[in-house]
Amino acid sequence: MHELSIAQHLVEIATEAARDAGARRVTRVGIRVGELSCVHREALEFCFDIVTKGTLLEGAELTIEEIPVEVYCPSCDRVSRLESIQRFRCARCGQATADIRRGRELELDSLEVDGGEESVGVTPDSLDDRPVQLPAESS
Amino acid sequence: MKPRILQVRTQILKKNDELARAMREAFVAAGVYVVNLVSSPGTGKTRLLQTTLRRLRSRGYDVAAIVGDLETDNDARRLAESGAPVRQIQTHGCCHLEADMVRDHLAGWDWEALDFLFVENIGNLVCPASWDLGESLRIALLSVTEGEDKPLKYPGLFNTADAAILTKLDLAEPCEFDRVAARANIDSVRPGMPVLETSAKTGEGVEEWIEFLCGRRDQFVRSLKKSAPSC
Repeated sequence: MHELSIAQHLVEIATEAARDAGARRVTRVGIRVGELSCVHREALEFCFDIVTKGTLLEGAELTIEEIPVEVYCPSCDRVSRLESIQRFRCARCGQATADIRRGRELELDSLEVDGGEESVGVTPDSLDDRPVQLPAESS
Repeated sequence: MKPRILQVRTQILKKNDELARAMREAFVAAGVYVVNLVSSPGTGKTRLLQTTLRRLRSRGYDVAAIVGDLETDNDARRLAESGAPVRQIQTHGCCHLEADMVRDHLAGWDWEALDFLFVENIGNLVCPASWDLGESLRIALLSVTEGEDKPLKYPGLFNTADAAILTKLDLAEPCEFDRVAARANIDSVRPGMPVLETSAKTGEGVEEWIEFLCGRRDQFVRSLKKSAPSC
């Protein structure tokens, strides 16, 4: 049940970001969760409701964007979506590949807030492992 | 009033990741090779680590271990029999180790003298996967009593490992354990990952594991251009 720890970390960074922006209340928290992140959606939602009590995030809606796994195949020189996380193979040629380009995400993406100045913004952190624009998925 | 949208785009575990990165830099600066052992409960992490600490010490390495458990200090006491300094983290219900828990148990050790630090994680095949502890090497263990398909059931954890060990080889036959299938399943979720086989009870495969560890540490030390006892 590490989702409780993850929810606590989420509340901490979301509260900081909301405060920095002068927000009075957070109404929606948007996160991105990769298929390989080992996070159980329902467990996280359950924990989120508990740990947001008494914070700026109390009552906020949690929206979770699930990110499928994509791997790079050196033979095809392209990125493709994995058909199954039990089988790390290029969807096109079947070659084994461990070069994961997406699917490990566990990110706070955006917040919907009330209050604060329109001009106040939050500088996005650099995400080291965030992929640059990927080629289109193979069919 | 129209709600305002803030684009934040931050890792949720940013604080853990930043701390782990700083710890890794400190370990690297001191030349300490840190190995994180992850597996289900009962795979034999402690038993293999006992042997590992003893053998590395007999080769002249300075080793230490930090072991995580929900309750009890049984494992720390078992590991301390090797003569190595050992510390116990009791998480009191938390199902994984986080970087700050490890950091809080590091004070007072002579880092410059240490060659290896082992972190034995909580027995759990899901939760430890998400938490960077500042290690240089993550090892996933799978005992022959657990079945060949564990890697397919827990691909997330096996996928974050740098190498895998099949443990309790002495029980492979009575358990009708299919090594070929187990290796194929590991390769399916983590292509190309080295797989070792050990029995801490009979000693089978343990020297290969020690050689593997020393080899990885030698590479690590070469990258630091620092002298080290040779294997």
